[in-house]
Amino acid sequence: MNKYTLTYKAFGSTAVLIEWQAQQISIDVLQDIQLFQQIILTELPEYIVECIPAYVSLTIIYKNKSFDQFVLALKASYQKHFNNLKQENIQKNNVWHLPVCYHQSLGFDLVAYSEKVQLTINEVIELHTNTLYTIYFLGFLPGFLYLGDLDERLHCNRKSSPLLKIPKGSVGIGGKQTGIYPQASPGGWHIIGNCPITLFKVNDEPPSPFKPGDQIQFYAISLEDYRQNNFSMAKSNNHA
Amino acid sequence: MLKVVQTGLYTSVQDLGRLGYRKYGVPLSGVMDAYAARQANLLLNNAENCAVLECTQTGPTLLFTQPSQIAICGADMNARLNKGAVALNKTLRIQANDVLSFGKLEYGMRCYIAIKHGFKTPLVLNSRSYYKPITIQQTISSDQLILYNVFDEPLHANYVKLSINRTHFKQSLIEVQPGPEFDLLPTNQQVMLLNTTFHIGINNRMAYQLEERFPNTLASILTSAVLPGTVQLTPSGKLIILMRDAQTTGGYPRVLQLTETAINRLAQKKLNNEIQFKLV
Repeated sequence: MNKYTLTYKAFGSTAVLIEWQAQQISIDVLQDIQLFQQIILTELPEYIVECIPAYVSLTIIYKNKSFDQFVLALKASYQKHFNNLKQENIQKNNVWHLPVCYHQSLGFDLVAYSEKVQLTINEVIELHTNTLYTIYFLGFLPGFLYLGDLDERLHCNRKSSPLLKIPKGSVGIGGKQTGIYPQASPGGWHIIGNCPITLFKVNDEPPSPFKPGDQIQFYAISLEDYRQNNFSMAKSNNHA
Repeated sequence: MLKVVQTGLYTSVQDLGRLGYRKYGVPLSGVMDAYAARQANLLLNNAENCAVLECTQTGPTLLFTQPSQIAICGADMNARLNKGAVALNKTLRIQANDVLSFGKLEYGMRCYIAIKHGFKTPLVLNSRSYYKPITIQQTISSDQLILYNVFDEPLHANYVKLSINRTHFKQSLIEVQPGPEFDLLPTNQQVMLLNTTFHIGINNRMAYQLEERFPNTLASILTSAVLPGTVQLTPSGKLIILMRDAQTTGGYPRVLQLTETAINRLAQKKLNNEIQFKLV
């Protein structure tokens, strides 16, 4: 049986919010949420409009059933399949290697930020590129990845006043998180570099190649390579 | 084709929204007042997801180059066809070179112009709803040409005129259900939230902010889904009602959830209007 307690709440009259009673973010909960999604999309497709996963929750927009009936159906199919599926490796996750140019002209907060966290610029880059970040979910803006596992030494409160326009591709750090701005947008994160890969393409199906459970590794590129388009996004499989 | 002569304050193409892409962080979008927009499509016997023009506060001026039929529902902006006043909530026949324009806003905030078979702007991720950067445009622009199908049939002799529900525009009660974090509020604050008259502050397709500050004792939550109609309570005590273009996830406590009817009703409210929440 599942080690987490799940709570089911009505979220308006068309959605169910399922919450994993876990105090913090973990890959274990992430896998559980993915498993849950996989089960219900297979077992109850006729009732599901769409699913919105997050750190410790899954919101399901549903149709053609009452809240009570739908929750019963969710619980039944989950219990029936949880143990079988937990044994198997549910899906192959990818590791994406993304180029980032950490030049100060692009990472315009790099100097101020490195002073704040009391590291040299090279140490910041090294710590930022050494971690394999897990994608927990996508949200906030089209194609924005919620990444976990930022090195504690890089944690830093957001800027007190957000910038009105952060350029597309900016790589930033805010609180305990790091991420890439898929489009130009306002934001309060410390910008330490820029990733020249377009993360979200409206004409692609799916529009974002990344999925929860995949991992991201950043690698540093020079300003020259950045300007001359001398980089690529590599994909590898972590199930060797 | 439709030629945009004047854009109006904020006019956009909308259908019922972009379903199925919220897991990629793409907002739902779609018509703010789905009740009025559905009525407009219904009058033309259109499919419910046909794209309409959503006009905000001040309507556009539009030149039709081909015959068709249209219907205008929602806010009353004194619509005029070639300088003659035309009725809302009624099917209207359009001839080539007709000009539709709008005057003073009488009531409501948003009106919908539906056309026979819908406006044919490009489908992006299965929807024609404008939302930048998913679509190139956020609003229609001057001299823009918008496609529609030619439809040159006379109106039915026994065509219907819908009678509109005036409470939709006048009612200040906004029906809500408890949000996921409602129970975390102290009881006195739950009571207060449901017994205060709030005033509408800054508002747009993304969110309606309320003017009054509310005491906030709740901590942030781990980022989780938000929906159109979710009422968030920020650390500074601001209440934000998310609307159709809202982001897909957020970290503020979700204290209330508007019903679909309430979202449609709120979409017709403007700055300084009063609202009260009513639990259903």
